[in-house]
Amino acid sequence: MTISAVEEKVVYQRPESLSDVPTHYCPGCTHGIAHRLVAEVLDELGVRERTIGIAPVGCSVFAYKYFNVDSAVAAHGRAPAMATGIKRVLPDRVVFTYQGDGDLAAIGLAEIVHAATRGENITTIFINNAIYGMTGGQMAPTTLPGQHTTSSPGGRDIEITGFPVRMAELLAGLTGTAYVARRSLHNVKEINRAKKAIRTAFETQLAGLGFAMVELLSSCPTNWHLSPPEALQWIEDYMVPYYPLSDYKVIEPVQDLMKR
Amino acid sequence: MAVELMKGNVALAEAAICAGVQAYFGYPITPQTELLEHMAKRMPELGRAFVQAESEVAAINMVYGAACAGVRAMTSSSSPGISLMQEGFSYIAASEVPCVVVDVMRGGPGLGNIQPSQSDYFQLTRSAGHGDYHAIALAPASVQEAIDLMGLAFDLADKYRHLVFVVADGLIGQMMEPAELPPMQPITRRHDDWALTGADGRAPHVITSLQLNAPDLEALNQRLQAKLRIIHDTEQRSTEMLTDDAQLVVVGFGTAGRIAQTAVQQARREGMKVGLFRPITLWPFPEKRLSALADQVSAFLVVEMNTGQMIEDVRLAAGGQVPVTFYGRTGGVVPVPEEIYDAIRDLYRKLQSRPARE
Ligand SMILES: Cc1ncc(C[n+]2csc(CCOP(=O)(O)OP(=O)(O)O)c2C)c(N)n1
Ligand code: SF4
Repeated sequence: MTISAVEEKVVYQRPESLSDVPTHYCPGCTHGIAHRLVAEVLDELGVRERTIGIAPVGCSVFAYKYFNVDSAVAAHGRAPAMATGIKRVLPDRVVFTYQGDGDLAAIGLAEIVHAATRGENITTIFINNAIYGMTGGQMAPTTLPGQHTTSSPGGRDIEITGFPVRMAELLAGLTGTAYVARRSLHNVKEINRAKKAIRTAFETQLAGLGFAMVELLSSCPTNWHLSPPEALQWIEDYMVPYYPLSDYKVIEPVQDLMKR
Repeated sequence: MAVELMKGNVALAEAAICAGVQAYFGYPITPQTELLEHMAKRMPELGRAFVQAESEVAAINMVYGAACAGVRAMTSSSSPGISLMQEGFSYIAASEVPCVVVDVMRGGPGLGNIQPSQSDYFQLTRSAGHGDYHAIALAPASVQEAIDLMGLAFDLADKYRHLVFVVADGLIGQMMEPAELPPMQPITRRHDDWALTGADGRAPHVITSLQLNAPDLEALNQRLQAKLRIIHDTEQRSTEMLTDDAQLVVVGFGTAGRIAQTAVQQARREGMKVGLFRPITLWPFPEKRLSALADQVSAFLVVEMNTGQMIEDVRLAAGGQVPVTFYGRTGGVVPVPEEIYDAIRDLYRKLQSRPARE
């Protein structure tokens, strides 16, 4: 039998929007998956060369090293304000923020709410890992009731701390938002759905339709003190029930985009 | 352009527009609000960016963003709002992006009041925000000078990629004076070598103030300091009057300097050899000229609308050669020329009763 020439086809490679450097993320952390999804979308939309990314303060503070695009690092929580400044003077560029839950839902709550309600034509990727990762596992506004963190050592007591904030629902309630969705990164099916949502969020911006945010449930095995597979299971078992995966706001022109 | 009657805050806004400001972000606060209101009307007319931010924190970070995109960007506020902007100042200085901030100072501390004051001198000249740096600070004493310094502020910001304050007070912001605007500058592309515009056909540009490695951060600080030394050596500005033969020189900036001028003129009429020195750059403080004057005079009288802040810089410049005394009103009280005149006369008499300085 002769071996006929097999046509080689590249089926998987690093997106151009992702730099060829190792990341500092812990093993099993899904920040890396979120990066890859954003990069794939930027490549597919062909906008890398006109994209400006704003990194937060948090574990993803070095996102500017990993995305192969022009970038800045904002002060803690201020990425939406910085993105506003850039987008208002360069409206034909694609501007996105990438933010953690301490960054977006605690210290930067005013900035995200007002960027959203102004309908800034930017895209926000929101990593909800129910904890402050970078500073070593303190309680976040998104920490679940009963969840142990270094600043809620006996488990989050809602009598004292109040309740976790659901950002997608909160922003969807604002008239200014165009597309708001929550997805998760805990298995392949959800990752594929997450990518579609990220794509829609960027397409929303490209169509000039206004503010778009995708909240991504993400793992922090290190500060949850779980193995990477256990951490993914924890998302499914505990986070998804509190933070349902859904499209929370899809204005009509965005629905039309999604049909295409 | 023709001379016209203009309110200080409006003149500052229009001067920034003439200087080619492409983005303004601000939050209302008295006695600065007319500046924001003027921008709200004019910037959209000109197709430039205006956003009323949700806070001064957001405003300065919007300025930071627009400045990162390489355009002339600014905000304006008054003392309590300037306190909120400190975080952004520090990031802007560390990232070396140019921008201009107007502070129309009011009485403090706390909510204080809305009367004119000069109580932000320390806040603006020491290290506006955390870290280890100085911003450039320019202090006008009239509406015309406010216009002139606004243009200079943008030029210095671009030249040094640095944060520049225009330090006015409620009086300059609110008063109307005849003044002339400069011609409208064309908008030009700036800072293509570092600005964030999209990595099209080049490697990505990154703007960050993060340096986790201590020796790297030390190197960044040393680079910043080298730049600040050049600014310190080359950008000191001041104006003076009747100092040639003066035995006593009154030192005051902005409105205080302007009121002191009337008092100095009166003292001259009474035969006292008194002059006036008015710093225009608060940082870099015009210490070269002031220490030269210290060789000549018998004393300095510092006049401020606070309890004594710039006096520290005057003392440093005087280097212990001559006594430095102080007269000030605070809490939004604006001194009248007569009380400054009295302070001059009292000090002058004391000097006369002392053996002449060799
Ligand atoms: C003004 C300010 N306050 C506090 C900090 C310290 N800090 C750095 S990262 C962080 C929390 C980040 O958590 P999150 O946004 O959830 O992101 P993660 O690290 O989990 O990805 C905090 C509090 C800071 N850098 N600046
Ligand atoms: S601390 Fe948590 S969020 Fe941060 S990199 Fe590690 S696993 Fe990821």
